[in-house]
Amino acid sequence: MSEENTGMDVGYVAKLACIDLTEEEKTQFQGQLDQVLHYVEQLNELDVSDVEPTAHAIPVFNVFRKDEIGTSLNHQDVIDNAPSAADGHVRVPKIIDQ
Amino acid sequence: MADLHKLTISELSEKLATGECSSVDIVTDVLSSIDANDGKVGAYLTLNREDALAQAKAADERRAAGENLPMLGIPVAIKDLLNVKGQPCTCSSKILEGYTAPYDATVIAKLREAGAILLGRVNMDEFAMGSSTENAALGKTSNPWNLDHVPGGSSGGSAASVASDEAIASLGSDTGGSIRQPAAFCGCVGVKPTYGRVSRFGLTAFASSLDQIGPITKTVKDSAMLMDAICGHDAMDSSSIEMDVPTFGKKLTGDTSLAGMKLGLPKEYFVEGMDPEVEKSVRDAVEHCKSLGAEIIDVSLPNAKYAIAVYYIIATAEASANLARFDGIRYGMRIDGKDPADLYGKTRAAGFGPEVKRRVILGTYVLSSGYYDAYYKKAQKVRTLIRDDFKKAFEQCDAILAPVTPTPAYKKGDKTDDPLKMYLDDILTTPVNLAGNCALSVPCGFASNGMPIGLQIIGDDFQEETMLKVGHAYEQTTEWHTRKPEIS
Repeated sequence: MSEENTGMDVGYVAKLACIDLTEEEKTQFQGQLDQVLHYVEQLNELDVSDVEPTAHAIPVFNVFRKDEIGTSLNHQDVIDNAPSAADGHVRVPKIIDQ
Repeated sequence: MADLHKLTISELSEKLATGECSSVDIVTDVLSSIDANDGKVGAYLTLNREDALAQAKAADERRAAGENLPMLGIPVAIKDLLNVKGQPCTCSSKILEGYTAPYDATVIAKLREAGAILLGRVNMDEFAMGSSTENAALGKTSNPWNLDHVPGGSSGGSAASVASDEAIASLGSDTGGSIRQPAAFCGCVGVKPTYGRVSRFGLTAFASSLDQIGPITKTVKDSAMLMDAICGHDAMDSSSIEMDVPTFGKKLTGDTSLAGMKLGLPKEYFVEGMDPEVEKSVRDAVEHCKSLGAEIIDVSLPNAKYAIAVYYIIATAEASANLARFDGIRYGMRIDGKDPADLYGKTRAAGFGPEVKRRVILGTYVLSSGYYDAYYKKAQKVRTLIRDDFKKAFEQCDAILAPVTPTPAYKKGDKTDDPLKMYLDDILTTPVNLAGNCALSVPCGFASNGMPIGLQIIGDDFQEETMLKVGHAYEQTTEWHTRKPEIS
């Protein structure tokens, strides 16, 4: 949308988003998302330099709760959801090579 | 005890109170309706009969012990993105295969407390991303009024289940119109409450600043009764508002006068390309409200036309962050890889459908360094303008009347190849999500091809009571909501 915007490289952004795409998907999504990005350029018609951004329509601030110990989820129920687990832990691929 | 499934919450609530029927009777009857129709409609993803009947039995026992809550014993279908302890919660996505919810969403806990029966889990667009339920990865849902047509989305299963009398009521969620649009497409009533009115704890997040849970029902009064059960502050959702919740259901009586009420008509909502039959039905509904005593005034929402552009930046940005949790590590499916990054990429490639991938990629892009100000921040600023428009409009009127959708439900496959075309359908519903206020959809006619048309009634922040009053008055003096589809 800005001057220096040269468009989105779907393959590159998909990598940032940790989604492996096939070549076919890359081509298809590139066309579809270019169209969407072109559509949203209509926001350039508006001068919003003096407008405050809205992050939440009904904002609430400084929401605190009492620092009290509550009930946590059942450990086994949670671990049972992991696709791979051992000894009460989630099993993941090796991260550091020896 | 035939045809209990065709009745409303308020009708059944009375029958239960007088002992004319039991909750087991109702659930048994609704289960037969599901058996007869769901092979065609495809609303349900999972249904646990024994569990539903056991809950009904428990509700009957509570009643026998003296309880008489309005929702006690009423079966409700649950959109498959709300966590119910011990049940799957797939969001109609392959990536959540094998997941069993370890806790109840707050709305589910509240429904249990109110004595409602959790009937089963209904279909939706994957992670609520879509407007036709065609993005569902795990089931195909049809519009009960014509099985070749889409039920709308993303709460398509919720609306289809209610329209086909396969549930007495349903819970959906509305991020950009996902309750109101399927309700309109299926001839039901649907309410998007004010942001913060209903706790989002246990709702699988799509766009956290927009998502809101709400009812899809057969009547406005039923929506009000279901709202009574689910609204209220929750310490588990820091965006839920700490304020007293009025009792919506009891306020809706036989009084259908709108005298003294000012209703705004935004000219910008009768958009170019709008189906003439939709426009006529909505304009007739406006005239009808006038005949009930309302004063109709023109209001302007000049920035509403930018809502789609703003919405698809903000919603995808928030989605890209929210959906990062689906990585194949702690729950759901996993495709193994040589290292964690390889595992994430492969799992998300296999687990997400095309629309989810597109939105996560778009959201990642608009948040990325160098583009953040141009897209995300700019969209947030235009969001302010959209909200200011509503504020100004509500200085002049009590509620706003508008169409819900530019067209009635279309045929399956019509828009699946063109995401932007599908997005543009949300033009009349997304402004309210961005502004945060409340809106409902109520049946206001039928197109010549037999598909239902919805009237949108938009209320100011936390003015659900006014909005429901207008909807109830309109509905009770028209007959659209009494029509039933012939499922064939």
